[in-house]
Formats: sequence, C-alpha cells, structure tokens
Amino acid sequence: MYLNVEKLILNRGERRILGPLDIRVEAGGFLAVRGPNGAGKSTLLRAIAGLLKPESGTIEIAGDAVSEDLPYQEHCHYFGHLDGLKTALTVAENLLFFQDLYGGETHLHSVDEALDIVALPRTRDLPVAYLSAGMRKRVAIARLLLNHRQVWLLDEPTSALDAASQDRLGVMMQSHLDTGGIIVAATHLPLPGAISDVLEIEPSQSYAPELGETWL
Amino acid sequence: MSSFWAIFVQSLRLAWRVGGGALLGLLFFLAVIVILPFAVGPDLKLLARIGPAILWIGALLATLLGLDRLFQADLEDGGLDVLYLSPLPLELAVLAKGLGHWVATGLPLIVGAPVFSLFLNLDATAIGGVTLTLLVGTPALVFIGVIGSALMVALQRGGMLLSILVLPLTIPVLIFGVSAANALNSASTTISTPFFTPFLILCALSLLSLVVGPIAGAAALRLARG
Repeated sequence: MYLNVEKLILNRGERRILGPLDIRVEAGGFLAVRGPNGAGKSTLLRAIAGLLKPESGTIEIAGDAVSEDLPYQEHCHYFGHLDGLKTALTVAENLLFFQDLYGGETHLHSVDEALDIVALPRTRDLPVAYLSAGMRKRVAIARLLLNHRQVWLLDEPTSALDAASQDRLGVMMQSHLDTGGIIVAATHLPLPGAISDVLEIEPSQSYAPELGETWL
Repeated sequence: MSSFWAIFVQSLRLAWRVGGGALLGLLFFLAVIVILPFAVGPDLKLLARIGPAILWIGALLATLLGLDRLFQADLEDGGLDVLYLSPLPLELAVLAKGLGHWVATGLPLIVGAPVFSLFLNLDATAIGGVTLTLLVGTPALVFIGVIGSALMVALQRGGMLLSILVLPLTIPVLIFGVSAANALNSASTTISTPFFTPFLILCALSLLSLVVGPIAGAAALRLARG
C-alpha cells in the first residue's frame, strides 16, 4: 500500500497556498510535515483527506489491502483542530456514533478498549463538555482506534497533551506503522514515533494576480 | 448499528439534550398561539375561523426556529468533516439528520397541536384536521428548511437569512395545508373544498421534499467544502 500525491497545487481563491508538491509514502511510513505557522500544513492535510478540492494534481491511496471500490478518503482518518465531538453528549455516545458511522466491518477496538488505551476509562459517561482540553484531545485520539483505516492524517496531534499522553500516542502510532499503516502528521513539536521522512514547507510567496486585477 | 441510524439517533439526542431545540420549538409554538387571541380580540367565532391558519403559521415558525443550527453547529465543531469522511453518501446523511430533527422537533408540535387548538375554540373535527395536516405537512417544512440550513453553511451566514430564504418556499405547503385543514373546519367561511384534494397535494409536497431536500442539501454542503 502507498499514498501518492503528484503535482498537487492548492489555492484559496486566486491565491496559491501550496505546490506543486509531490509526496510518496510507502506502507509503514511516517511523513512529518513541518513549517512555520501559515505555511499550509493544515491545508495540505485537509486536501489529502479530501476536505479541500485541489486546484490540480492527483492524490491516490492504492496497493495491496486497499479496496479499489472505495474513494480514497475512506481509507483516511483525519484528526484536525476541530474534533467534531458533541459537548452535550457523553464520551461513550460520541465514540459509539463515530464507530457506527464509519462502518461495521472495519471495527478494530471497542469503545471501552479505546478509552483504556488513551487512559480515560472513567470518563465514559461524562458529557464531553466536562472534559479539559487535553482529555478532549485524548477522546479524539481514541477515535483513531475504533475503526481500522490505513492512513492517519494528524494535524498537531500532540498539542494540549501531557508527557504521558504524548508517550501513549507515540506507542499507538508505532503500532499503527507496524501493521503497515501510513501516518502523515503536521506539527512543529518533536514528534514521538519513528519518523521516516520529513517534508519542509515554506510559506508561499506567489500571491497570484495583482490586487487590482481581482477587484476591478 | 448502521451509519444512517447512527446519524438519526445522534440528531435526536442533540435536540433533546441541554441546549437542544426540541422543547424550545414547542414553547415558541405555544407562545404564538397564546399571543394571537390578544391581538385579534376575544371573538370566539373569528378565532375558530382562523384557528387552523394560526396553528399552521405557528408550526411553520417553530420549525424554522431550530433549523438554522442544524448544520452550522457541525461546521463549527468539525462534525461536518466527520460526515464527509464517512462511507455514507452525503445525501443519506442529510436525510438522516433531517428525519432525526423532524422526530425531535416536529412530532412534539403535532402532539401539542390538539391541546393548543382548544385555545382557539376549534371543534373536534377541526382539531383532527389540523393535527393530521400538520403530521403530513411538517416533514415538507423540515426538508425545505434543510436546504436553507445547508446553504447557510455554504454562505457562512445564519439566523434570519435562513427564514428569509426559506419562508417563500414554504408557501405551497402552507396553502394546501391550511386549505385541507379548513375543509374539516365547520367555522370556516371560505368556499369549502373537498378534504382530499388539497390533502393529497400536501402529501405529494412532503414526499417530493423528502427527495429533493437531501439532494439539494448535500449539494450545498459539497459547495461549502470548497
């Protein structure tokens, strides 16, 4: 299995944000995306997850153990700044919703197992609104364990996490890589786990057309 | 549990938990019904005559009240990204969310309508007529509103704009809903139409919006994804 990105160009309106960019990650590979704030790390991850339409270029996930029938997005777990957790619902309700939504045949861990792995077993029946920022992040991390998807796209996974939780995340990521998964993570912190490749991106200087042209 | 059912149940739960809109809609409906007799005066005959229309307008406004947050909340907390990456087609996700919203906020209105009808001096047949037409007609209101709610996400606006966009589209539903209800209202002075003519058109409008609403809503959400 591999993740292949070719000649990817990302725009916001008329403004070039990223690209052209070529990325290739093989099974078991861990690509760290680095760059200053505003360089487009999150934009790149959103584009790979299919949440942003690229201006041009191709993104594919293919190879062994990847069903060709599915759109490639359905092989991805996207972990972004917004976690999509509903604050009025309990932790277990949120996780069960996610597991059911993402399909029965891909079940990996039960909700209780996943909560044990992120060391939050006692929060099971608490509304998410009661959790601290770090605990919320760990609930969001627990979602990665509910369903098996080969590619993890992690945007700042370690922010708000304490040292012990960062270590646990490192172990999780390592075991995902060991089973042949792929991780692409954007971060400016030293990441735990075995990074196999680093992509440095710079803030784009090419502000496409002159202001006058766009506004007149 | 299937993906569709999961979204449906979550939509129900969100509406009924703290901060949800299910009871708020019912209370708003009650407020409209209670306040109207103060405006038109204590003329019981007049109230009975315009009662079905008032109930329909109250239900329409109460339905729209909860709809502007339907997708906006998902946009703000990242729930939309979760939906985009799920294996369920976006159309079905919108359908599930709309149905959940209707059960959580529409059904309480229908349960409340017979009680509120008493405030407007309606007789038993008229109460039955209003309740039945609301039962059949509110899905149409919800799914027309779903399109507007999804468009709010694409336009990054909310609140009043939804009502301005959606209210004109609900006019056909209102016309056939009220005329079917009035056909069973003995106090009505308008030329009485047979009940089934407008009622069946109302059914058709509901079925049509059940199909068009999710497709158009999903298209608007895809537009918002950019």
